[in-house]
Amino acid sequence: MSLTAPRPDSGSPALRVEGVGHSFGRFQALKNVSFAVPRGAFAALLGANGAGKTTLFSVITRLYDSRSGLIEAAGHDLRRQSGEALARMGVVFQSRALDLDLTLRQNLTYHAALHGISGRRARARIEEVAAMVGLEEKMEARAAALSGGQQRRAEIGRALLHKPELLLLDEAAAGLDVRARAEVLALVRGLIAREGVSTLWATHNFDEIEPEDRVILLHKGEVLAQGRAAELAGDQTLTEAFLALTGGAS
Amino acid sequence: MRPGWFAAFRGILWREGLRFLRQKGRFLAALVRPLVWLFIFAAGFRSVLGLSIIPPYQTYVLYDTYVAPGLCAMILLFSGMQSSLSMVYDRETGAMRTLLVSPYPRWFLLGSKLAASVMVSCLQVYAFLFIAWLWRVEPPLWGYVAVLPALILSGLMLGALGLFISSTIRQLENFAGVMNFVIFPMFFASSALYPLWRIRESSPLLHLICQWNPFTHAVELIRFALYCRFDLKSFLAVAGCAMAFFALTVVMYDPARGLWRKRGA
Repeated sequence: MSLTAPRPDSGSPALRVEGVGHSFGRFQALKNVSFAVPRGAFAALLGANGAGKTTLFSVITRLYDSRSGLIEAAGHDLRRQSGEALARMGVVFQSRALDLDLTLRQNLTYHAALHGISGRRARARIEEVAAMVGLEEKMEARAAALSGGQQRRAEIGRALLHKPELLLLDEAAAGLDVRARAEVLALVRGLIAREGVSTLWATHNFDEIEPEDRVILLHKGEVLAQGRAAELAGDQTLTEAFLALTGGAS
Repeated sequence: MRPGWFAAFRGILWREGLRFLRQKGRFLAALVRPLVWLFIFAAGFRSVLGLSIIPPYQTYVLYDTYVAPGLCAMILLFSGMQSSLSMVYDRETGAMRTLLVSPYPRWFLLGSKLAASVMVSCLQVYAFLFIAWLWRVEPPLWGYVAVLPALILSGLMLGALGLFISSTIRQLENFAGVMNFVIFPMFFASSALYPLWRIRESSPLLHLICQWNPFTHAVELIRFALYCRFDLKSFLAVAGCAMAFFALTVVMYDPARGLWRKRGA
């Protein structure tokens, strides 16, 4: 098995979301959400707490099923070709999800298996990924013994094991101290530069966004604006522009 | 078809085995429970509960011998519920999401998880049978081989029930209800501790409930298999319930259907 299958259409964006909605009972958490993440780009999904970022991540990763709209990962329709679409995504969820009883190597081995990678190929890829996220020295440590920042890096490494084309990170820097946050962000930006992985980075922190980043501004389940951060901000700071657009949400 | 299915299956089995080895308390707890019943409860009842010759036994048996297959099924029952508990825990900690974003279909992932839990519980049953043998509960030697398919099938049924229950439970705290409303009624309203004819004598209604209890059929399937005999009725009941429970689980964990649609991981 090759870790990444041939792309059906290399011209398609890494992620395409069109007209997606989702509701919990009567509460509509997502309303007609549309955006795209171009290949090799870093896109920030910016929104206050409760804006619908995590729900959107759950819909994109098919934890929730969206009955309206279209989601494509690297040209694969999530509903009709869910296996192909999911194989192209690496996901880091908001809540940490390492098995704390197992060592880092065991965690990575398990995750590789969940993507059909085993044996020598898995071992080689695990070493590669450990070097990428700077955790070679911690491979035999139990996940519970890793610091918050190291656990996050481990989760990013885990998400990269199957060489995804699209990396989805839901508030990956949340709960980390300033230094660990900067390290995680630098790691992800470095991966984009080196590996060409497209990234959707959900956050509510404006200081994680660079002027050239693509921003999708989500508010109360709706995309209010999208474009380059510098363009959205105009003469103001991004924070001021965000507050003006959302009527003061924080 | 996506390659690597076997690698994914083996990975899920490996992780469950690893967790089991790391959680030695879980193994001991699973073993101590039936042993307490065998050493204390059965010893006490041996003198008061008379058993006539009933299939698959060809002679009078001591109560310890009668109760042993029921205790094997008890291990499978608790193990099935334990895996249900760990599914709820995984959902609360977020580990479940990691499993469910794998590119393989959910029925396959859930089936692999189920197989992994059955593998672990079968090891527990054999450990129990070994100790029971030292206690002079001695089925025929071939019975230890013949019982394996019965253990696997019963384990699949009870594990699938556990998975189904896990899909309906919102929080770990709600799990106490499973003990009261599922485990205890299933265990006590069955042929695990007393033969059905005894129950019929005291309460025809309870006898009827026991007959419809899938756990009774798991116990009887194991009991007959342990004595190298095949009970078709129990086999059909256990196989049918296993398929039904698993189908319900798959529906409940389907992102487009079931409670999962409303709640997610």
